Amino acid sequence: MPDIKFRLKRQDPRSKENPEAHWEEYTVKYEGENLTVLEGLFYIQENLDPSVSFRYGCGQSICGSCAMYINGAYRLACQTNVKHLDVDVITVAPMPHLPLIKDMIVDMDDFFAKYEQIKPWLIRNSADPEKEIIQSAKDAKKIEMPSDCILCGSCYSSCPSAWGEDNYLGPAALLKAYRFEVDTRDEAGRERMPNWDNERGVYRCHTIMNCVEACPKELNPTEGIEWLKRAAVRRRMFKKAK
Amino acid sequence: MIHHDVIVVGGGLSGLRAAIEAKRAGVDVAVLSQVHPSRSHSGAAQGGINAALANHPDGSHDTYELHAFDTTKGGDYLVDQDAAIQMAKDAIDIVYEMDHWGCLFSRFDDGRIAQRPFGGAGFPRCCYGLDKTGHYLLHTLVEQAYRLQIKMYVEQYVAKLIVHDGVCQGVVAYDMIHGGFESFTANAVVIATGGAGRTYSNSTNSIVSTGCGMFMAYHAGVPLKDMEFVQFHPTGLFTTNILMTEGARGEGGYLVNGLGERFMEKYAPKFMELAPRDITARSIQTEINEGRGINGQGFVHLDLRHLGAEKILERLPGIRDLAIHFEGVDPIEEPIPVVPSQHYWMGGIDTNVDGATPMPGLYAAGECACVSVHGANRLGGNSLLETIVFGRRAGADVVRYLETLTDKRPDARTAFAAAQLMEQRIEELGAKTGTEDVYALRAEMTETMKEHYGLFRDEATMKAGLEKLLSIKERVKNVGLRWTGSVFNVDMIRTVEFEGMVDLALCVAAGALARTESRGAHYRTDHNTRDDVNWLKHTLAYYQPDAPGPRLDAKPVTLGPFELQERKY
Repeated sequence: MPDIKFRLKRQDPRSKENPEAHWEEYTVKYEGENLTVLEGLFYIQENLDPSVSFRYGCGQSICGSCAMYINGAYRLACQTNVKHLDVDVITVAPMPHLPLIKDMIVDMDDFFAKYEQIKPWLIRNSADPEKEIIQSAKDAKKIEMPSDCILCGSCYSSCPSAWGEDNYLGPAALLKAYRFEVDTRDEAGRERMPNWDNERGVYRCHTIMNCVEACPKELNPTEGIEWLKRAAVRRRMFKKAK
Repeated sequence: MIHHDVIVVGGGLSGLRAAIEAKRAGVDVAVLSQVHPSRSHSGAAQGGINAALANHPDGSHDTYELHAFDTTKGGDYLVDQDAAIQMAKDAIDIVYEMDHWGCLFSRFDDGRIAQRPFGGAGFPRCCYGLDKTGHYLLHTLVEQAYRLQIKMYVEQYVAKLIVHDGVCQGVVAYDMIHGGFESFTANAVVIATGGAGRTYSNSTNSIVSTGCGMFMAYHAGVPLKDMEFVQFHPTGLFTTNILMTEGARGEGGYLVNGLGERFMEKYAPKFMELAPRDITARSIQTEINEGRGINGQGFVHLDLRHLGAEKILERLPGIRDLAIHFEGVDPIEEPIPVVPSQHYWMGGIDTNVDGATPMPGLYAAGECACVSVHGANRLGGNSLLETIVFGRRAGADVVRYLETLTDKRPDARTAFAAAQLMEQRIEELGAKTGTEDVYALRAEMTETMKEHYGLFRDEATMKAGLEKLLSIKERVKNVGLRWTGSVFNVDMIRTVEFEGMVDLALCVAAGALARTESRGAHYRTDHNTRDDVNWLKHTLAYYQPDAPGPRLDAKPVTLGPFELQERKY
């Protein structure tokens, strides 16, 4: 049975005995060839230290619960096979630059508040047709990339522009704005625009592109933000521009 | 104590759709969920959602009646036909509504919603967004929930129903972020917590699919229906049981054994790889059991290579990523090792076609409920459909129910006591130095379910399994908490939920042992034919506080226009 060392960044800010951040080391044993980081965390929770807290959901990289900072990179714990990391020690820390609740649990309230701010829903003014709204396969393709976002928060945590400005909407919310603005079924016109066309929105993005590197689904928030910047110019110059 | 007119437990497709319906009628509704709603298991669904849109040229003659017929036959006639007809009828409207709300659907060249072939239907009926349909549908309803400003209590683990004089009046929940138990009172509660897949060790389900809503209702005296019917998906990844969508076969993928044969021609010559899941899964397991797995090992191949890179990237990019990340196999280059894996829970909380349970004030919708539209075997593409159809119907009926109430004040004393009782129970668990390891017991139970209540069942194997489950049920009493911290206590949640999971396992066992026939997913080698004379009826399981297992009862199946016939595919 192989084993591997895990170093976890632990902190319980509400603890009376030890509210400080510190590292703890565990030896995780497993059967077979494969072990994901999430399985490793469950092993620790079940066998070595029941007090360790971490989020989990699907275990198959679609729910976005288990984004963590693993060996110096943003990764989904469930999707990360320790074999592929090719290191002697697995280091697991919570996503940085976000308020900490405990261990790997970060506060996502701001993240979702910003998501809500950009009106992340299809806006329609005309009456719905009896059947589907016609959308070409080509136009449907345009919303695929931004629709694949799982709201894990990796991009938001990784963005230096967000570190320096608490009110910056961040890559995920702006990618969501792009997802609807680019959807041919959306009739928001300029309704949603004031929420992202400002210094807390797209202009706070300095194309550092950490978000692209951080995204565990290999999406490109910067591409969406750049599209929005161009759309804003278009809409200012031409009254009828989409 | 917090009050809302309606509490919805669970933020997946059913729960959100129920909340949206209630909210649109002006009702004060709140959603409580163990995870943020966008993280619900609905999002893991891949292949699609059935609706007789008749958009596909090969299915231009499609009608909701044909959809209901396929559903009924697929369910081996244990389906309540009025419910199946209602679901198929609602389906068309539901899919258009999701489109109007912005859900991504793959399209035909003319801009209409595309449809692909799926199991148990003779022609393409399954609407889809690539192979991530559940994800797109779920995010669309999350977006609508934000638009309507539905109150969401996120990371609340609901542990108990509040029942006063036989009427459901709320829930008790553990606040995972702030710690402690709180009573949420309500005039109606909708349970939408999904299936209990994780009672099996080989499940495709999310880790959070523990059936908590089912055992909450069961412990409160509400019967669970048809619990012996557990679906095994034909194609889970060999090492992790992660789902490889039926859409892969819908797009033309082959199932191949160790001899290189497309073996489905022996079992379902007409439908081949697109036979219903119960038949396809048993066929795969038969090949494996008879030594015709790949190199004699315990898996067969799902081969997509002939579809070509373009089609795989275009239609099946999600499962390609999953196969690469979790199995180390790129389906463009290599066949995927697959094995039948626990996937879906046909049984659940007994409800009518509007989601109402026998308990006044309590509703259930989605996988945790049993209407029953799936009977003994669910067709692929019908579960996403079920979640939205019955979420909406439950939400609408809750509104009607509220209008009939004269006294709208839940009993405060009962609600207060319920939270206190829960705190007390946790304190007792925390004070115990447990002599049993709850995680070892959990592993033992999930393995027992896999080995003793799987694809092929017989009396001796099931009885041996029952002995193990009874022993586990007894040993659970000696479990204590290992950590008593208040914030995000994973140990506490996993310990508390396990006790309920054992009771669900016992319902499967009791129902499966009693039912001396083979029907749909319940296949007994010692009674290998369907017995319509004695067993064309639903099983009801009632909780008995003083006995280890349930009391069983029966309920007639609602028949309709579709006459009983032998299932051939």
